[in-house]
Order: sequence, then structure tokens, then C-alpha cells
Amino acid sequence: MTSSTGIGASLLRKEDQRFLMGRGNYVSDIKRPGMTMGAFLRSPHAHARILAIRSDAALAMPGVLAVLTGEDLRADGVGGLPCAWPVTGKGGAPTKEPTHPPLAQDKVRHVGDPVAFIIAESLLQARNAAEAVEVDYEALPAVGGVLEAIKPGAPAVFEDIPDNVCVDWELGDKAATDAAFQGAAHVARISLVNNRLVGNPMEPRAAIGEYDSSREHYTLWTTSQFPHIVKLLMGNFVLGIAQHKLRVVSPDVGGGFGVKQFHYAEEALVTWGSRRVGRPVKWVAERSEGFISDAHGRDHVTEAEMALSEDGHFLGLRVRTIANMGGYLSTFGPNIPTNLYGPLLAGVYTTPAIYCEVKAVFTNTVPVDAYRGAGRPEATFVLERLVDVAAAELGIDRAEIRRRNMIPPGAYPYQTPVMMEYDSGDPGGCLAKALLKADWDGFAQRKGQSAARGKLRGIGLCTYVEACGLAPSRIAASLGVRGGLFESAAVRVHPTGEVTVLMGSHNHGQGHETTFAQIASELLGIPADKVEIVFGDTDRVQFGLGTYGSRSLAVGGSALVKATNKVITKGKKIAAHMFEAAEADIEFKDGSFTVAGTDRHKPFAEIALSAHFPVNFPLETLEPGLEEQAFYDPVNFTFPCGAHIAELEIDPETGTVELLSYIAVDDIGTVINPMIVEGQIVGGIVQGIGQALYEDCIYDQESGQLLSGSFMDYCLPRADNFPLISVETNITACTHNPLGSKGCGELGTIGSPATVINAVVDALSHLGVNHVDMPATPNRLWRIIANAGAAPVVP
Amino acid sequence: MHISLTVNGKSVQADVAPEELLSDLLRERLGLTGTHVGCDTSQCGACVVHVDGRSVKSCTVLAVALQGSTVTSIEAVASAAGLHPMQKAFHENHGLQCGFCTPGMVMSALDYAARNPDPSAESVRHWLEGNFCRCTGYQNIVAAILAGAAAMSERAKELGK
Repeated sequence: MTSSTGIGASLLRKEDQRFLMGRGNYVSDIKRPGMTMGAFLRSPHAHARILAIRSDAALAMPGVLAVLTGEDLRADGVGGLPCAWPVTGKGGAPTKEPTHPPLAQDKVRHVGDPVAFIIAESLLQARNAAEAVEVDYEALPAVGGVLEAIKPGAPAVFEDIPDNVCVDWELGDKAATDAAFQGAAHVARISLVNNRLVGNPMEPRAAIGEYDSSREHYTLWTTSQFPHIVKLLMGNFVLGIAQHKLRVVSPDVGGGFGVKQFHYAEEALVTWGSRRVGRPVKWVAERSEGFISDAHGRDHVTEAEMALSEDGHFLGLRVRTIANMGGYLSTFGPNIPTNLYGPLLAGVYTTPAIYCEVKAVFTNTVPVDAYRGAGRPEATFVLERLVDVAAAELGIDRAEIRRRNMIPPGAYPYQTPVMMEYDSGDPGGCLAKALLKADWDGFAQRKGQSAARGKLRGIGLCTYVEACGLAPSRIAASLGVRGGLFESAAVRVHPTGEVTVLMGSHNHGQGHETTFAQIASELLGIPADKVEIVFGDTDRVQFGLGTYGSRSLAVGGSALVKATNKVITKGKKIAAHMFEAAEADIEFKDGSFTVAGTDRHKPFAEIALSAHFPVNFPLETLEPGLEEQAFYDPVNFTFPCGAHIAELEIDPETGTVELLSYIAVDDIGTVINPMIVEGQIVGGIVQGIGQALYEDCIYDQESGQLLSGSFMDYCLPRADNFPLISVETNITACTHNPLGSKGCGELGTIGSPATVINAVVDALSHLGVNHVDMPATPNRLWRIIANAGAAPVVP
Repeated sequence: MHISLTVNGKSVQADVAPEELLSDLLRERLGLTGTHVGCDTSQCGACVVHVDGRSVKSCTVLAVALQGSTVTSIEAVASAAGLHPMQKAFHENHGLQCGFCTPGMVMSALDYAARNPDPSAESVRHWLEGNFCRCTGYQNIVAAILAGAAAMSERAKELGK
């Protein structure tokens, strides 16, 4: 390390100060001159025909400036919200992509579908007017869940898609998998549900549109993880605004978790609305509005089976999943339960044959898309639950069956039967460390102690691999994405040697302002406080793809390395001129350019000054200035992996779970800031445990009404739900990016649901239980225990 | 209705509507946007401020009820000398990520420290029942509050000497 603020330092975060002082700049904090307020009238029906909308009374109310409907969109030629990642189904069948109008046209397709957008002088006036808009609906039968959607004769969400199937997708070698099952000594089976979740970043979504008629120019402030993509999708496909006439700003954003990486109707409507009323228009979601308008996550129903040899070797894996797309396709909807799911079913094992079928179906629910982990938690849950079932049925220790099937350290790069080539990883090392830390072998004694206190103790284990660092553009394009997945960075060196870095990645809690500054600090040999990170404004930052899929460090950080190295290369040319030495003889180290083998050196700041005051400068061969830009397109995904272990007690009288310990050992590649990494991993684990024990987005399956539409009904994890979580790393470097980093943002939600449910099932195994659906609430567990009989506590 | 109150040490006179919430008074009228609103059911705690020294959820307090009250929001916690020991503890323990819940957490933590002479991780976790964080998993927030409370108690001892 060349400076104390470089790679590997647990540097305290540069961005903290403004948040701690209440001086963050979130979209809801912004006021524009002449700003008006918008409110939505949303559908109370899951499925209905719109017969008439009468807005005269609302329009006559004080302060009301406009009541906009789907018909106004039609009249203005506003397009539908595009799907950016369709996939190819069986036999080359395309994904069905029905139009998704920003305001409902003719029909509403989920509770919360926006029907009218009301703009008024004040929020209260807009909300009151929304209540005065009269809509005649003809209620239609609805489908509230995937099993309802695929029933013969089920109501069709879209009339021209009578079976509700968006895409029927497959992956893997069906024949080879069938062959593996024939003659297998044992087949383990499981049916499970991956519960639907609402991401709920603490900051509700918000947007402000502003049209400047003097420049025919639009600005959108929005709570987005990828402002450049919103600009491209909204400008090009929805509103028809030329890219040079549109600026999108995402300032401080209060958490994303995927929920804020889609292009939403409200963004287009405030922008379009600002032109309609000639003044800025602001909309801020209430939390309950977020529940019915933010894209949801997960929501799979799955049957899976694994073929094994007598000694517990995995021979084949067959998975059939029905995945919910909701009432329209969200930006990446079809990609999540397919490309981000099927390829992860290999896990960290050598299973030779895998076949996966996924039917993505429309229902009358909020659109479903990526939520932290996105497809990979679902895959890990299927695989790791199935491994536990197999281990129990074959009488093999759960750690041992995993070791027996694990990809050995010498086998990397490892080609799985489902698309991915893992470049590196040491899951076995992670597992060994985790088992030791958890005292796996001493569990029986602890279980006995719990039993003496009348508690059911369980221990659960899970390994995982994830594909992140999204993504190699060429590979992603072959999988359907309509756009590149590189990332960009620009390094602007000021005449006095301080540095401004402009990143295409977006920071909304990940600590980028610190981590990226550490990379620049390391490479340039300057303190991190001389580096400022800029993001989230399409007028300031070059085109970039934003933050999702644990990509910011592996892809964005790599772009930053590339751009910084260009700066150093140019600095060497300048130094060579100043020293009258050959460029090849110039070394850059510890912030100084040196003539190799001599003590002649010039500090970075002096070279920066020379670049901006080019007197002693090779002007004949080199441009003045010192600013470089780079775009980095990865050659492969990155593959973090690891092993997690949870230990818990269930109170058989109440069904309540008390989590006693949680241990994570992860292989995430090079770590830039250990403190930030630990924070990301712990936060992810808690979110994943939320899925396992608390969170459930429940729709009435027949009416399509959302039954868990607020924090009163949807249980967010709280501080007193958790013990101290132990995080350790077991690093192998990524082999194909310059930092060797893999990513750490999503592994918590990927590993923890299976870990915790495996522990819950272990605690109940004496009752013959081999699976418990999530969330494992007291109600659900108490019923299982009660139904099993008198619930004697058996150690 | 006309009210007069003290906000962050300054006298404020305001004509407020009967339904106006303290959170709106602070954010919309006084421009104190450090107080955040994260839910509509009074559960998330992003909006916590102090009224007469006690932590309250400002999204649940009617402005008309505040005649003569003293309100302190996150903007008044740091001093010219720098961050308050509790804010510093959040910084040093990485007790924040996206920052949205942070003002409410800090305001709640200050009240915890004032009311609990003998802080413990367990009681901090229970105290935070009304403060949601979606980023940190709470672990470092708990560590920060314990460190902040200890620093405040140290400072009180110093001042008492």
C-alpha cells in the first residue's frame, strides 16, 4: 500500500458527514422555483375494465392544474415502459412483451396501477382532487398468484395471452439429466415456495420533472440507481425526448436494493406533466403507495429433484419453476428468474447434469423484478434445501455431503453444465473455516442443553456461489439484454494535483465515495481526501450503466483503474520530457515520477501543474491537460462464493425463533475497505434473514388484493431480532479484472435464507419435518409443531 | 392556527393548518430537510426529533400541539466545534450506509443515552424497535450507540470536574 488511505484500509467513510448532520440531498428534499405537486389515483381493483373517467369536478377544485389519464398519453403519443431484458424461450419463442402504459389504458391490471395523475399547487390539493376523480370500472376476475394464473380457464391478464405465460424457458441438457435420474440409487425431492418480497428501501421513491421551454430541455430528478439508463429508456422509448435535451439527476438516494434500478411510470409522468403544466412537478411516494407501485421481488413456486449415488454423489438436478412477472413486465423482469437463476443451480458442486424449466407468468399483481440477489437467492434456496433433504434421507452429515460434491480447488476455471465458467473460488476453504468457527461438531451437546430448557435447537449450513459483476456485454447480449453492461470512469486531475473522479456507478449506501477514492489514492499515491467522487448526474458524468448486480467495484472500479493508469501513462510522458529522459525509464511510485536508478523525481502535483501550465511540456507530441476516461467491459461475470452457518432455538410453545449465532465466511476477491465490506455483508444477511423469518408479501390469490400493504402488515427486520453476526473472508482473487475483486453486496441475501431455513428444519427434524416454507413465522412453526402431535421436546 | 415555538434554538411563529404535521412544518415550512419521512404508519422512525428533550416521531405530532414547545432536529446536534459525540460514534463505527434513517437513529440514540445510565447492546436493540434501517443490519448502529453513549458519559464527567 502506497498510502494509508489506499486499498485494504478500513478508511472511515467520506460521505458520512453530510448524512450525520442532516444535510443529505435526497430528491424529496429538493424544491424548484414554481414547483407543483403530483398525486396519483391508483386502481383499487386487481383487474378491471375502465369504462369512463370523469375529471371535471377534480379539475374545478382549488389549485388543480391538470388531471392526466391514459387517454392523454395516447393523444400525446407517449409510449409504453420498455422491457430491457427479454429472454428467448423454448424453441426460440420470444418473450411476450405487452404494452405497459405509464397510466392505465382501457384496463387496470393490478391494485395500484396508476389511472390518473393529478397536478396541483399543493400536495393536499392534488390528493383531494384525486379523490374527486370518478372512475367507472367493470371489475373482472383476477389472478392473484402463479398457481391461479396457470389453471386452465384462468382469467387472462392480457386478452391476447390467454394462458398468461410470458415465456417458457429452459436451460441445460434434458436428455443427459433424464439419463442421470435413470438408475440413480436415490432421488431426493422438494416442493417449495420462494416468498414474494417488497424491497422497501427506507427512502420512498420520488421524482421531480422540470421543462425549460426556453431551451426545450427537460430535467428529471429521480431516486434511481442508474440515471443514465432512465435517461435512455425514458427519453428514447417513452417520451421521445432527444438525449441531448434531457438531464437525469439522482443525487443522494436512500437505499436501492434493486427496487430503484427500473424505469418507472412516475418518472415519465412528472417529466411529461412538467411540460403539460409548464412548471416543475414533484411526486413523492408514501410508503403504502410504494407497496403497490415499487417492483416486488422473488415469488417462485418450484419443484426440484436431485439424483444421487448411494454414497451421496450428486448425479443430476431437475428444477421446474413458475415465476411471477406481475401485471406488466418491469425493466428486467423476464431476466431475473431465467438467466440469473438457472445458471446458479450448479452451486459450488460438480453435479454433471442439470436441467431447469421456468415458466414466467403474468398475474394481477405489481410487476416483479430484481431485488437484492435477484434470481440467485432463489437458486441457492432450491439447491441448498434439496442437498439437506438428500443428506437426511441418505443419513450423511450435511457438511460431509457438501464436501463430497464440492468443486475441488485445483479444478478452476470450472465449466458448469449450465452456462457459467467459474474463474476462481475456494468454497471448501470457506466451509472448513465456518464449521470450525461454528463448532459444528459440538452441536449435539448444545442441542441437549437447549432441550433441557424446553427449546428446540437447530443448526443450518449453506454454501453458495453467485454470478455478479454484471456483465460482459457480449455474453449478456446473447442472453437477451438490449444494451451494454460495461462501466465508465473519468479521472480529472486539477492543476494543483487534487482529483475529481466521475463514476458511471451510483452510490446509494455502498460507500463508493470512500472505496473509489481509496483506489485512486492507492494508484496515484495521494491521500483519499484529495479525491472527490462524482456520480448521479447525466450532465456531469459520462455515460455509465449504474449500480446493480454487485457490479460497482468489479466493473466500475476496474474502469477507474483503467482511467487512472491512463493518467499515470500521460504523467510519465510529461515527466520524461521534464527530465530529458526516455519515457521507458520513468517509474511512478508512491506519488512520484522517478528516473529509474536515480534520485531524480517529481511529485504528482508538479506533473499536474505542468500539464495545465505547459511551458516545459512536449506540446509537439502531447496535448496539455490531465484528464482521462475509460470504459471497462468485463470478460466474464465474477463468482463470489462462501459458506454460512446459523444456529437457533425454537420455542415449541409459541413457535418463536430465536437466532443464536450467524457465521459467514465469504470469498469475495480483493477487499478495498474491510469495514465497508463487513457492513455490506451484515446488512445483506439481515435482509436475507428477513425473507427467511419475517417478510411476506401476501396477495389474496383469487381477488388479487394486497394483504400486506404497509409496515403494519409487512414485517421488516428489527434490531432486536438479531444476535451479533460474524463475518470473515477467505479470499481468492478474481482472475480477470485488474483489482481481483468479485463483489459483496448481494451475497448476504443469497446465502442467509437457505442457511436459516436449514437450521429451522434441523430443529424440527425429529417431527419428520423436511421442509418449512418462508417466512418461518411463529404462526407457521407453531402449527407444524402442533400438527406433529404433542410436541415433546426430544434432544 | 397561530403557534409560537422554539426550533433548534430559534423562535418560530407560524400559522399552521389543523392537520399539519411537525414533520411537514420542519421540512416544508422551515426547510429543515434532515428530518426524513420513511413511512405513513409511524413505524420507521426516520422522522424522530426531540420535543422538550424527548424523542418523538414528528410524522405523528400535530404542529398545533406544539405551542410553547422546544423542538430539536438533527440539524442542531452538531456544534461549531464539530460533530456531537453520538454523530462521531456513528461515523467511527460505520453506523450508516444510505443515510436516510440516520437522522432519526441519531435523535433516538441521544434520547436512549439520556435515559439509560447503564447502556447495553440488548437494551439498545429493544430501544430501536421504532427505528428501521434497511442497510446496516443494525449491528454497527448498536455499536455506535454504545460508543456514543460512553463518549457522552465521559464528556459529562469531564464537564462535572
